Amino acid sequence: MAQPLTDAGPALAVSDLRMRYGDKDVLTGVDFTIEPGGVTALLGPNGAGKTTIVEILEGFRARSAGSVEVLGTDPARGGEHWRARMGIVLQEWRDNGKWRVRDLVVHFADYYRPYAEPWGADELLDMVGLAEQAGQRVQSLSGGQRRRLDVALGIIGRPALLFLDEPTTGFDPHARREFHELIHRLTDLEGTTILLTTHDLDEAEKLAERILILAGGHIIADGSPDQLARSAATVAEISWTQDGQRHVHSTEDATAFVRKLLATDDDGAVTDLEIHRASLEAAYLTLVEQFESGRSEKAVDQFREMTE
Amino acid sequence: MNTTAHEYKTGWKRGLVETRISLTTPSDMLGYLVPLAIMVVVLAFMRGGSFEDAPVSLGSMSMPGIIGLNLAFGGMMTLVGALVMDRTNGTLLRAKSIPGGMTGYLVGRIVSTSMFLLLNTVVLLGVGLIVFDGLEFGSPDRWLLFVLVVAMGLISMLSIGAVLGSLVNQPQNMALVVMPFMGVVAISGIFYPIAALPEWLQAIGQVFPVYWLGLGMRHALLPDALSAVEIGDSWRTLEMFAVLAAWAVVSLAVAPRLLRRMSRRESGSSVAQRREKMQQGWG
Repeated sequence: MAQPLTDAGPALAVSDLRMRYGDKDVLTGVDFTIEPGGVTALLGPNGAGKTTIVEILEGFRARSAGSVEVLGTDPARGGEHWRARMGIVLQEWRDNGKWRVRDLVVHFADYYRPYAEPWGADELLDMVGLAEQAGQRVQSLSGGQRRRLDVALGIIGRPALLFLDEPTTGFDPHARREFHELIHRLTDLEGTTILLTTHDLDEAEKLAERILILAGGHIIADGSPDQLARSAATVAEISWTQDGQRHVHSTEDATAFVRKLLATDDDGAVTDLEIHRASLEAAYLTLVEQFESGRSEKAVDQFREMTE
Repeated sequence: MNTTAHEYKTGWKRGLVETRISLTTPSDMLGYLVPLAIMVVVLAFMRGGSFEDAPVSLGSMSMPGIIGLNLAFGGMMTLVGALVMDRTNGTLLRAKSIPGGMTGYLVGRIVSTSMFLLLNTVVLLGVGLIVFDGLEFGSPDRWLLFVLVVAMGLISMLSIGAVLGSLVNQPQNMALVVMPFMGVVAISGIFYPIAALPEWLQAIGQVFPVYWLGLGMRHALLPDALSAVEIGDSWRTLEMFAVLAAWAVVSLAVAPRLLRRMSRRESGSSVAQRREKMQQGWG
């Protein structure tokens, strides 16, 4: 076996990753390294390229340029041994609908036997909260149950790395909370690194120890939820109306700015003055909003301004 | 542990579970059995009809061809349909995401399709022998011939199914396979002796395996005197096996390459795209 199978080195190492579809650059130089263990969220607006990155990491898509190592191996050359060490949970999986839940779990466990000691079916179903549904057909599960089954199948071979791609899309709040609890249970499993993609800041803050924000084709922010929140909060947003026009200005020293603004305002033209301490949520929402209206470059610049 | 052997073994188990699922899912069984039952009933009504001065009825003459057609259609379409649907619902992508999953998936499909078809073939043979007069199935040489034709037919039709299934990438495009197949069946002498067709149609019919599978079945099940109805007044045993083998060899050579290409192109976004297209087609 030529592939290194030790857990030394980072779980994921991505450097200058680029992806181009036709003449459209989706990724323009993505860099990040994730050490083993813990949950990392890859956060970004829809269409930012999260799924593209994950598919490249999973070995499902060829990249245009850059270097990528997943568990010490280039995904473009990963063999079955490498494959056995990762679990994949996709957004929407409707496979094997006619199988009974327990039969499917027992069957998929079989594939991992040459590589690892897989989970026992009953123990695993118990952990993901599907013990009662064991005899049911897969297609009769609810959306939340189905996704929990997907997680069970993802971790069945005790992977070193687990990908969760937008795992709670389309969930009602109850299913969502149950799923979040499951992820918390997973983090107690030893030695499993989890990479979660989401477009929901709230979810990223709840589940991840580290958040990477992807926009405009590269990572524009990287840190723990606390770090990101603090860097966003150092900036204040001041807005006022002058000569019938609304003005907005971001600054770290709101007091000095306002003093200067009012000092030059001899005829009382400044009205409706407001000062907002920026939150990470506000910064992210502005980013998403601008991104969706097609102003991605401006969105990235402004986000940087607000969080740096 | 030998991983390749393990993948095949896991695939075999998968095939057994899928067979059980097919046999216990009423919609699967009905969708498959209803058309077959209709054909057999129609043939039963044809017991009164005759072809020229043949010693058995037109119904009896056609029954072996139905068994051959069942193998041809079932072997090919089951696999095409499975590969196409499993790409849309993500079963194939799932297989790709687990170690050895693709091999396991394919072995499983081949096993379950074969099991299902063999079972149906036995049932059809039983029905044929009971309902239709004049079939001859009383000697070991006929049993052997029957088994050989069934085996050859399965191998060639499953491999053709694998080739076509890996080429059709949208459920809507299934018609591109079904329609030509129906055309081929019409000129393959299943329901009426091929010798009654114009010669140029006979020539085209003889290119495809459906005719030869039907011929092989008639050879195994009809009195030898009936070979007089066939082209060249003969069962053409050697040619029959040669043509079926040629289709099998060519398809088996191409199939692994096409299946690998198909597997390489699978990703979450390609599955999502396909599903979106399908929904647009319905909407």
